[in-house]
Amino acid sequence: MVSCKTIIANLSAYLDRESAPEMRQKIERHLRSCRRCSAVYDSTRKMLVITGDARIFEIPAGFSERLHSFLDATLSRT
Amino acid sequence: MEAKETGRGSTERLLIERVLAGEKDLFHDLIRPYERGAFLMAYSILRNQDDAEEVVQQAMLKIFSHLAELAERDRFKQWAMRVIENEARMYRRKRRQHLYEPIDNSSTEGFEEKPFHPRQFADWRDLPSDIVEQKEVREAVAKALGELPDIYREVFVLRDMQHLDVAETAEVLGIGQSAVKTRLHRARLMLRDTLTPVFAKPKVSIWERWKGMNPWLAAKR
Repeated sequence: MVSCKTIIANLSAYLDRESAPEMRQKIERHLRSCRRCSAVYDSTRKMLVITGDARIFEIPAGFSERLHSFLDATLSRT
Repeated sequence: MEAKETGRGSTERLLIERVLAGEKDLFHDLIRPYERGAFLMAYSILRNQDDAEEVVQQAMLKIFSHLAELAERDRFKQWAMRVIENEARMYRRKRRQHLYEPIDNSSTEGFEEKPFHPRQFADWRDLPSDIVEQKEVREAVAKALGELPDIYREVFVLRDMQHLDVAETAEVLGIGQSAVKTRLHRARLMLRDTLTPVFAKPKVSIWERWKGMNPWLAAKR
């Protein structure tokens, strides 16, 4: 049985599907039997869905319009 | 790979050529796909919307005037993000409130070598997809992100929020790919720890659980 420490250390690679097949199997086996590690894994996955969603970050209203009119005004002078 | 990249890549190369040849108006089209990411990058460093907006404007101007120096035309995205990042850091250095924040990351140096141990083990509840539109959730995520040391936050923003790959992130930040992976791993674990109290399943008391299992009491609810 792989230690929890090893599982946690390899969690990111596992989430990015970068772990070697052997490690992958070990992690999967461990996650099935360890409640704490599976909670860490599951919540990290949920967190990445939230932070990866473009909507989580609100761009100020009118940001794009202001940027382009600033560029228009400045570039026409160059 | 080649075929997949020809679309965006060649359009972008062509746009760059035409801007350099004098069609200034096309600069707008060139940067449009990146303006959101640019704001996110600047904001994650400055943590102030007005400052971030000003930095993006100035940085975009810099990108325009230095466009001819970009030798590898297919690396516009990485190069542009690096300009934004530098500009935001310079701005912060100028504005820095010396009393409140350390001037560099020396406090976190060597820190990344030590493994990070999670402290929070609560299960997260199932989150509906529109949770990202809730103000409190956005604020909690922004706050947690702001509390991360710079070196972790920048990697996280590029990889997990802007979805750049490991090589692109390494290029923007001028660090090695293994450093990207180590820092990303740590950033994720730290953020998860900070956010767990926000997203954890509500605690159910033993009495509540027992009531839930007891059909007679459950019917009375």
